[in-house]
This record gives sequence, C-alpha cells and structure tokens, in this order.
Amino acid sequence: MANIRIAKEKTVGGVMFVMTALSLLLVVAMAVGLYFKSAPIFEDHSLWELLSASEWKPFKNKFGFFPFIMGTVWVTGIALLLALPLSLLTAAFLTEYSRSWVKRWVYPALDILAALPSVIYGVWGTLLIVPWISDKLAPHFVEYSSGYTVLAAGIVLSVMILPLLVSLLVEIFSTVPQELRDASQSLGATRWQTTKKVVIRRSLPGILAAVVLALSRAFGETIAVLMVCGNLPQAPHSLFDACYPIPTLIANNYGEMLSLPLYEAALMFAALILFVVVLLFNLLSRIILYRIKKA
Amino acid sequence: MRTKYIEEIAVKVLMAVSLLTVFGLVAGIIWTIFHRGWSCISWEMIFSLPGGGFYIGKEGGFLNAIVGSIYIVAASTFLGLLVSIPVVFYLNVYLKGSSRFAYVARLAYDVLFGIPSIVYGAFAFTLMIWLGMRTSLLGGILVTTLLIIPILIRSMDEVAQNFPRDLLEASYALGATRLETMGVVLRQIMPGIATATLLSIGRAIGDAAAVMFTAGFSDSIPTSLTQPAATLPLSIFFQLSAPQAEVQNRAYAAALVLTIIVLIISLTGRFITHRFSKNKI
Repeated sequence: MANIRIAKEKTVGGVMFVMTALSLLLVVAMAVGLYFKSAPIFEDHSLWELLSASEWKPFKNKFGFFPFIMGTVWVTGIALLLALPLSLLTAAFLTEYSRSWVKRWVYPALDILAALPSVIYGVWGTLLIVPWISDKLAPHFVEYSSGYTVLAAGIVLSVMILPLLVSLLVEIFSTVPQELRDASQSLGATRWQTTKKVVIRRSLPGILAAVVLALSRAFGETIAVLMVCGNLPQAPHSLFDACYPIPTLIANNYGEMLSLPLYEAALMFAALILFVVVLLFNLLSRIILYRIKKA
Repeated sequence: MRTKYIEEIAVKVLMAVSLLTVFGLVAGIIWTIFHRGWSCISWEMIFSLPGGGFYIGKEGGFLNAIVGSIYIVAASTFLGLLVSIPVVFYLNVYLKGSSRFAYVARLAYDVLFGIPSIVYGAFAFTLMIWLGMRTSLLGGILVTTLLIIPILIRSMDEVAQNFPRDLLEASYALGATRLETMGVVLRQIMPGIATATLLSIGRAIGDAAAVMFTAGFSDSIPTSLTQPAATLPLSIFFQLSAPQAEVQNRAYAAALVLTIIVLIISLTGRFITHRFSKNKI
C-alpha cells in the first residue's frame, strides 16, 4: 500500500515539475520564435539602420523604426510624468496618513481602474480626452490639432498605469519598519518630513523598480493607444503631434504583413524589440523588488 | 509658523487633490461609458447577430462577440486553472522555500505577467502559421490561456506563500504524503483561487491585442473550434472605427456591456476575498 502511495506522489510530482518547467520554457520559446521570424530582415538591413532610419515604406523595402520608437518614448514619458506624482502622493497618503475608512473606498476604486479593459480606456479617450484636446487645450498652443495626439495617448496611458504604480508603491512603503518612523517623529519631524526623509528615501530602489515596471506596462499597451494616438508614422515634435508607437504598428498591419515576407519579418522585429525591452525591464525591477521584500 | 508646518499643510492639500483625482477618474470613466452607452443600447443589440450591411449601419447586434468572448474566456480559464493549480502546489508544497528553482520560476512568471499581450499575439500567430493553423476559436483560447496562466499562478502563489507551515507538518505527522496534503492546501487557498480566477477572467475578457491575431473575427457564432470567433473588445474597436454614427453607437452600447461585466467581476472579487476566508486560519 505504502509503495503505491509513494509512487503516486513521485509520479504526480514529476508531472508537476514538467508543467512548471514547460511554462518557464515559454519565455525562451518566445525569444527564439520571434528572433527566427524576424531574422530575414537582418539580411538586408543592419540593426543600427533599422533603429535609426526614419522612412517606413514596406513596399519599397524601407523599414525605419525611428518614428515608432520615438512615438513610444514620448507616449510612455508623458504617461509616467503624469502618473508618478499622482501615485506617489496617493501611496504616501494611504500608508502614512490615512484612516482605514478612506482605504475602504480607495482600494476598490483602484481595483476598478485596474480591471477596466484597455478598449474601454480607448473609448473613454476618444469620447472625452480627444475632443477636450482639440477643442479646449490645443487652440491655446497650436493652430490646429485633431486631438488624436501624443498627449491624448499619454493621458490615457497614465490612468492605465496608475493602479499598478499605487499598489506597488504601497507595498514598498509598507516594508519600511515602523521604528524608523517613530524615531524620526520623536525627534520632532512632522509627518511629511518623516515621509520625505525616511520612507521615500529608504524606498528609492523600490520606487525605481516600480517605475520601470510601470514603464514596461505602458510600453506594450496596444488597443487604447491605437484608438487615440493618430497613427501617423512620424517622429513627434510636440505634444500636439500624432504618433505611432510600436505596439500599434504591429496591431494595425498584421493583416497586410503576409503579402511580403520582409514586411512580416519587420513586424516580428517590432514584437522582438518590445519583448526584449520588457523582459530586461521586468527582470531588473523584479529582482530589486524581491530583495526589498526579503529584507 | 515654521516652514515645516506650512509644508505639511501644503502636502496634505496635494494628497487630497490626488485622491480626488483618482476618484474623479474612476467616476468620470464610468460615467462617460454609461452616459454614452445607455442612450444607444437596446435588447435587440444584445440578442441578435449582425445582419446584412451591419457595418454600414443596418440592423443587427453583437451577440456573436458576446458569445465568442464567453467561449474563449470560459475555456481558457478552465485550461489555465488546470495548469496553474498544480504549479502553485508544486512551488509551495513540493519545493522548499529556499529552492533555487522556485525562485527562478517565480521570477519567470512575474516576467511573463509583464509581457504585453500583443507580443503573446504575435508569438502565437507565428506558431499557428508554423503549425498550419488558421485564425480560429482554438487559437484564441490557447493564446488567452497562455496570457492568463502567469496571472493565475502569481495571485494564487501570493496566498499560498502565507500558508501556515504547521498545517503541512500536522498532515505529514499523520502519515500523509505531500500529494495527499493537497486537500488541506486547496481548502486553505480557496479564496486565493477564487480571486485569481476572477482576476484572470477580467483580464481575459478585456484583452484585444492577442486575440486579434489568433481568433480573428466573424459575424456568426462559431460552431467548431476551427472557425474564427469574434470577441467583445475587438467588436467595439472595429465598430468604433466605422464612420457611420449608427455603427459607432453600437460600439458604445457594446462598451457599456463590457464595462458592466468587468465591474461585476471586480466587485465580486472584493466581496469574495472578504467572505470566502472563513476556512482560513
């Protein structure tokens, strides 16, 4: 009897190990698959040329990713610039200041923000943000803007990464030992001085990790950005220019790409760029976060 | 007054402003979707398939997308749980806390969680071409399963890591093997499984970028796994890009339906974490 039970335990353990290992292999498989699919494009073009050229004419064999990369950089930059102060203040409030009844309202609200699908953010953006930019905001600065701009995409993205940032920051701030706060306050520091000089300073690596994670989330966001960014393959020069970030490039052209082998390779290269950047960002920040949790 | 007190007040004001902004955003988004969708929605849209000339504003509804989404979400959640429960069990019961393999595995799931869904879509698309598959319900189900497995594992693992070791020891002491201890573990992490499931359903139903490549789109309800299937987010997206106001209105109605579903899921998740925890020590 005992032998059967032990054999069962061992077999199931083996199966579970295989399942775990297989799901790990998914990361490797993705890297390999995307690399091989995008390999044809490296035969004609050097990596540097692909990343720095700005002409995108797939049917004339011109694949310049520069406008798309700049589009991504602008959009994520704006999103972070808007979301970071907001989430720092919110997280500091939640861990350092608030009473529990406030938390009972804030967390469900953040839950809802995190749960809303990106297409809904896209609808919200087209209904509210885009007209607001083209009618109210842009006329003060430029002659004409359709509203489908870098700024619109940045605003929508900033709301989307907000819940992620706040929950990460709250988690990080709560790892700061209470004794440190008590020590600071017993020396006569105010709550904000304590927050600023003790909690935030001690959490700096964690804040960095959270920011990098949020950046990589914003990097890959597709549908919501696609709906508000304007989709013009140009490197944006102002907040009121249209742009064309990398994920939207893939989503917009996947139907067309089968017509040309190099076109497909180029889009898979775009996916590979996203994959590599997100992978590196995630590895870096997760390792930092693990260290913080352990300490 | 000293500057530090002035600063304190200023910061408090700023914090209040940012909290109000958060609430304002939530209320604003939901209000926009409800306000715009409510005036467009009708039962006919929810319960009928797209008719002829649907995309130039003729009659019909988006039942195809609702059913397609339900098929994909139900199947992929089931498959996802089938994979992730054993993995979580393995990580937490079979492996020791100090295990190097467990560390790498957790890191990998965290990384997979961060990979954007469009990359999953592109990757699955190349796989499908390699295997000679066309865009189909099956493709959509598989890619969504891959997409939600990291979410399921991560959120269940978070609960399982706090599992009281004493319970395991008690079970071993009675002569149970690690496998036989599963019943005890499952009962303890039940609320974790429930919230993880809801979380992944919410993610799966809202995802558009991955299924765009793999499930395709169709105006009818798929009757087999090899037929393409429509999904709710894609249906919203396609209808919104049409120039006619009638078609766009249907997109707003579909957005309202999707928002209501997601809100219900999210609120149930909160409720469950509170209620379901009665078995928990």
